Order: sequence, then C-alpha cells, then structure tokens
Amino acid sequence: MSDPQPTRNTFVGDTWVIARRGLLHMRRQPEMLADATIQPIMFVLLFAFVFGGAIHVPGGGSYRSFLMGGIFAQTIAFGSFGVAIALAHDRTNGAIDRFHALPIRRSSVLAGHAVANLLKALVPITLMSLAGLAVGWRIQGGVLDAIAAYGVMIVFSFAVIWVGVLLGSVVATPEGVQGIAFVAIFPITFVASTFVPVTTLPTGLRQFAEWNPVTALAGALRNLFANPGGVTPAHGSWSLMHPVLYTLLWGAGIVALCAPLAISRYQASIAS
Amino acid sequence: MPVENAIEAKGLVKRYGDKLALDNVDLDVARGSVCGLLGPNGAGKTTAVRLLTTLTTPDAGTAFVAGHDVVRDPSAVRRSIGLAAQDATLDGLLTGRENLIMIGELHHIGRRAAKLRATELLERFGLADAGDKVCKEYSGGMRRRLDLAATLVSEPEVLFLDEPTTGLDPRGRNELWDVLDGLVAGGVTILLTTQYLEEADRLADDIFVVDHGRVIARGDARSLKRQVGGDQLHVVCANVDDLATVAELVERVSGHTATIDGPARSVTAPTDGGAAALATLGGELAERAIAVDDLGLSQPTLEDVFLTLTGAPLEADDAEQPGAKRGRKKAAK
Repeated sequence: MSDPQPTRNTFVGDTWVIARRGLLHMRRQPEMLADATIQPIMFVLLFAFVFGGAIHVPGGGSYRSFLMGGIFAQTIAFGSFGVAIALAHDRTNGAIDRFHALPIRRSSVLAGHAVANLLKALVPITLMSLAGLAVGWRIQGGVLDAIAAYGVMIVFSFAVIWVGVLLGSVVATPEGVQGIAFVAIFPITFVASTFVPVTTLPTGLRQFAEWNPVTALAGALRNLFANPGGVTPAHGSWSLMHPVLYTLLWGAGIVALCAPLAISRYQASIAS
Repeated sequence: MPVENAIEAKGLVKRYGDKLALDNVDLDVARGSVCGLLGPNGAGKTTAVRLLTTLTTPDAGTAFVAGHDVVRDPSAVRRSIGLAAQDATLDGLLTGRENLIMIGELHHIGRRAAKLRATELLERFGLADAGDKVCKEYSGGMRRRLDLAATLVSEPEVLFLDEPTTGLDPRGRNELWDVLDGLVAGGVTILLTTQYLEEADRLADDIFVVDHGRVIARGDARSLKRQVGGDQLHVVCANVDDLATVAELVERVSGHTATIDGPARSVTAPTDGGAAALATLGGELAERAIAVDDLGLSQPTLEDVFLTLTGAPLEADDAEQPGAKRGRKKAAK
C-alpha cells in the first residue's frame, strides 16, 4: 500500500476514527448510557425533592437553584472515570496492541479517548440543564456569563479526562478503576459545596471544602449563572472569593501536571 | 539489507525483569513462505511476535520485516504487516463491518475504500450475514475469521498469526486451516505460532522449534520428525502367542528394532515409511491371518519433539506472556 507517513494530517483523522469508536461504545452499552443520562437526571430530581426542603441557602434563594452548580460539578468530576475504564478495557482485551501494530501515532489512541469522553461529557451537561429547568432552576445572569459557565464546564471536563487517563494507565483493570472511584472521588465531591453550603461543615472539613476544586467549580457556575450561593463573599478564603479564576487555575494545573505524567505512565505501561 | 527474506532477525534478546524471554534468536523467513514457531506456553513465541510487530523493542539484536528495521523504522513495518494477536482483539461492541472499516481507515486507505474492502472481506470469510452484528455475539470461529480478515484489510506483505487456532473446536480449526491455505496461495508471507506439531506440519514450510527463549531446532516437518525418530508403527495383537511373529514382521517392514510390551500385547517400532509401511504391514498381517486389536501409525507429538531435542519433557512456563503477566501483576495491587 502507498500509505502516507503518519503525519499531522493523519493524526487528526486517526484520532477522530478512534473517538467515533468510543462514542459507539457508549451507545451500545446500556449501563454506560444510563450513567450519562439517567443518573444526572435522577440526581437533580433526588436532591431537589428530597433535600430541597431541609437545606437552607445562606443569603436566601431556592435550594434547587443552588443545587444545580453542585450537580454539574459532581457529574463533571465523575467524568474522569469513563476514560479510565475505557482505557483499562482496551488494555485487558488487547485492543491497545491491535492499535499499536497499525501505522498510526500512538498518541492518537489517547487523543481519541480524550475526544470521545469530552463529547460524552456534553450529554449529561445538556440533560442536567434540561432537568434543572424542569424543576425550577433558571440562568439568572447574563447571556455572556452563561456561555462562560458552559465554557468553564467544558474546560474542566477536559482537565479531568487527564486524571482519568492517568488512572487508566496506573490501574490495569476496569474493576480496579471502579474501586478507586469509590474511595477517592466520592469524598472529594461530597466534602465540598456540592450539596450543602460549606459554612455548615465542621472545622477541618470546612477548610478542605473551601479549597476543594469541586467547590470552586460549583461556586464558579453559581456565580456565572447568578444562582443562590454564587455571591462572592466579601471576606473568606481566597478560593471562595475568586471561584472562576480558582477553577481555571485548577483546570490548568490538572492538565499541566496530569497530562505529561499520564502520557509517560501510559507509554511505560504498554512498552513491554 | 537483503530483500529476499520477508523476515530477517539476528541475535534477538528480550528480558522481562530477570527472565530472558528471548535469548539470541535468529530467524529468516523467505518471501511467500509460511513459517511456524513451535513451542510450549512461555517458550518466547509471543515475545518474538511482539518484537517483530514493533509492539516492543529488543534489548539486543536486529530485525527486519518486509525490508524495514523494526527499531529504526517501526511505522514502515506497521504499514507492511497484519497482526492477529493470541486473543482475538476485535472490538466486541462494534459490528464485524465496523471493525474492518475502522482498521481500514487507520491504515489510511480512505473511508470509501475501507467500506468496499470490508464488504469484500466479510464475503470472502463467510461472514456476510453476520457482518452487521456486534462481534460479542460471534462464535469463537467467527471471531477468529474476522480477526484474520482484519489483518488483511491493508493487503499486508507479512502476516503474523499468534496461535491462530487456540480455543477453536476441531471443525473451526479445519475451517481456519482452509482459509490460511487460501492466503498462502495468494502469495502472502505468514509467520504463525502454535503449540501443535500437527498444525505446524499442516501449514508451515519451515518450522522453528522454540524453548526457553531459544531456537532449538529448525527444519520442515519431515526433517524434524526424522530427528525425533519419525512415525511409530504400532500393533496390538489379539493373541499373546502372535507377539514374536508380529515383532519380526514389524522389524522387517520398518527396518528398525521393535519394542514388545507383553502385558499390553503391543509391538512398536519407528518407521520412515509412513502410511505405505502401515499398508504393507496390514497386508502381511492379513496374509498370515493374524488377528489384531489395533494397528496404527502414530505421529510424534510436540511432547516427543521436546523429549528428543531437550531430553526433558515439555513444561509449561507461563512466566512469559507479557500481556497476561502485566494484567495479573496489576490486578493484584
């Protein structure tokens, strides 16, 4: 065959071919599709109706409107697992070897996973927005701020994918990934302003929550949507006073730290 | 580099930790021929395939596949080869057709050409009806056939098939052998690994016997069997009284000393005459009206090859298989 060298041109195409495969996977795995569709809707309804009456939002306002920023943040944080599990599956069933014997850049396999997962992240974000609107959540700020909010979500979704790639490179089995998901991401998403205002937390947990990136993301979204709980406090931790900037710093930090580490760990894990 | 050989490897060494998976291996495979790597689990067969298909790099030695250096020009190698790994590695959530199209696109033959090629290959491998079903619904034999079809999408010069029939029932194995015969007729060079002498004999022109990371013998099936002592004639007599007469007959036909096992009423002797010797012996026995319970020609097995070549019985040493090892090690964490 007179194939061209794997160049920049073919890299983009190859990445897209592998990304398309990832999207087909989601469509054909009912449990994965449920994670991306039913789960976020269920969370919105559950927290809105079950906890809605019990939690008081400082500064006033409806809990349902407060809730949405948190649920967006939690779902985005959980997004890191999709890519980790997909990579672990590829490694255990030999797909990675098949790809690596093809005339493609090896990084296009990782890039394909990343693109697929970024696109997959848009599904729950869209559905949650609709579910939120149905239970009474509103974008109370300006259009540009709302666009910025969705932009921040996409940036953060991109960042956590690299946490997932790192996890998928270090932990070899899908089961192992599930295990870590439970012990690591659950506390991170719950000891935060996700569902309750951080002021209600005891000392120790509160400091952790104040600097937690999930709190930052939730706060940034509330701020940009002009939802309750999004009012920047006049004093408090720097992180709470600058939620958008702090969130973007986290996003950049995660990518700067995790992406090179993930790529090198991934290369090392397959180079035997 | 000489161009007459499709695969040319010299002094390949690969270590996994303190284990030598390949210990100074030389291979040469002529264009258009079928080469078999024969050996037990853990002998180094899969490691050799991984090195030649650029999935891993050698610690020492050189290898050229289709004229390209596997270390210096891996992408040229990847453009020239097809690989069917030990476990069928097709995507279970994609249909057979989608799998083939994806591989075609990743070989940069273009989406339209990839679609045409997929249809053509599905038909050729008897998968036209199953082409739009997801692969996890395929039988073992169908998966293997699709795996083979996938290696052919790019019309490769050299095919690597790692234990192509492992896990198949006899019918599936026969079907696959027929498919491979067709490929060979098409002129492609094939390197396959197997644990079965019968399979190597059936498919390969040239066999490398591998053990503990070293090539311990090389030749076609006939010459290997000759080294092992070839086929064995064996007769089980109906009556103990006939043993001596039968032994004499067997020795005359085979030209070798016969071994008599009294309690089993059996006589065995190596033979170079193959099926013809068996027919002659059968004729002689019938002429003398000697009743036998069993009469046959047994082919040497891999077990026999190893006993003869290494003086030690075949032992499975499963520390090799890098994929499996990695999975286990990480899973234990």
